[in-house]
Amino acid sequence: MGIFAMPSLGADMEAGTLVEWLVKPGDEVHRGDVVAVVETQKGAIEIECFQDGKVQELQADLGATLPVGAPLALILGPGETAPEPKKPKAPAVAAKPEAAPNEVVADKPKAAPGPAVAATLPRSATAASPAARLRARELGIDLATVTGSGPAGAVLLTDLEAPKSAATRGQTAAPMAEMRRAIAAAMVRSKQTIPHFYLSETIDVQLAHEWVDARNADRLPSDRLLLGALFVRATALAAAKVASVNGRYVDGAFCPSDRVNAGIAVALRGGGLVAPALIDAGAMSVDETMAGMRDLVLRARAGRLRSSELTDGSITISSLGETGAEAMAGVIFPPQVALVGLGAPKLRPWVVNGAVVPRTVVTLTLSVDHRVSDGRQAARFIAEFQSRIASPETL
Amino acid sequence: MTKADIRTAFIEELTAIAPDIDPATLGEDDHLQDDLELDSMDVLNLVTALHRRLNVDIPETDYPQIATLALALSYLAARVK
Repeated sequence: MGIFAMPSLGADMEAGTLVEWLVKPGDEVHRGDVVAVVETQKGAIEIECFQDGKVQELQADLGATLPVGAPLALILGPGETAPEPKKPKAPAVAAKPEAAPNEVVADKPKAAPGPAVAATLPRSATAASPAARLRARELGIDLATVTGSGPAGAVLLTDLEAPKSAATRGQTAAPMAEMRRAIAAAMVRSKQTIPHFYLSETIDVQLAHEWVDARNADRLPSDRLLLGALFVRATALAAAKVASVNGRYVDGAFCPSDRVNAGIAVALRGGGLVAPALIDAGAMSVDETMAGMRDLVLRARAGRLRSSELTDGSITISSLGETGAEAMAGVIFPPQVALVGLGAPKLRPWVVNGAVVPRTVVTLTLSVDHRVSDGRQAARFIAEFQSRIASPETL
Repeated sequence: MTKADIRTAFIEELTAIAPDIDPATLGEDDHLQDDLELDSMDVLNLVTALHRRLNVDIPETDYPQIATLALALSYLAARVK
């Protein structure tokens, strides 16, 4: 038997608002199933179940804002029976929940099976952007009655046909301010607790660039690759070789991850950033990596990420895209211990086989937690990345 | 398909990817990346959506030819059947 509780989706999260149940009493659930949607500072997050069983009772009301650790539902494992009298429903933003948060964390499996890359939205759920969700609540509109025009039919702010006015601007700024606060909390914690050091290398990616161009030339748009997918792939392979950059630092000790769950920093339009993880990126092909990244970006923008994608990252990749500055020394996303910062690719004079030629180069800066590793390991990671990206056909 | 239909299709697909873009203030010569801040993933998703909707496969080498609304309309008008 287990109390399914409000999960912590990041060190900075204190509470979440229950906006949707996707199960009802009597439903069979399996580990990894999405059972509820919770609105957080990072948008609406699909909350996954951590055990197999049957939903006995829902213990929280829709719309309730509940602290991390508060009971949401009672789930019975196979062969279990309901306990004594039913507990009262969890009060909204009440005092300490009965189940200690620590207990909840301990319940969590170390490596829950990742969701399929092409995860589809549950039919009963209404996909919506975080801003649209907030606005709908303010206006008292049921999202299920709105026709969405966004990715995968997600309801967007514009679908709610709100009048454009100064007041509108003020309201849309609210979720952004929330997200900014969440980022601020995580980044301050990172810089206050993680002794960062940085190693940089400018890497010739001409071959990777040409390889992507050649491969895309006879592919339909839906099957095309971005250079970024190769960077994620090279990172995953390098992180698998250098264990000390791949994992989480928890309770004063480093816990290496047996899989590479590559966090992808996704800039949200209008500001803000989320870094959902591509679960088990180490086991993917380049095409699977690309499909996974497209899916993550789409769902990050539509406000439909899964809880495991926010909690299970083992290393993060932050890329400045195709235009912009040439280098970035990033802030590690706690409790992870390393971040790969990639500047925009630049055409530069480069020495190849003794001759100066124009080449596309990228500057990689690895930010590393000095509590866990030293320059030697960081240098090994960069060397591994470099040799991988030099042979794109092996990625 | 008329030029107006293509315009509607392009703007709808663009705003599906970047919902904060207001069609009313979208300029003919706004650059997708420099002005509207689409990243490479956004551009690829736009090209994918246009292919699905208009059945025009825009190769990567032609991306500069759809870099603004004005450019994209004439490019697509010449290719939509």
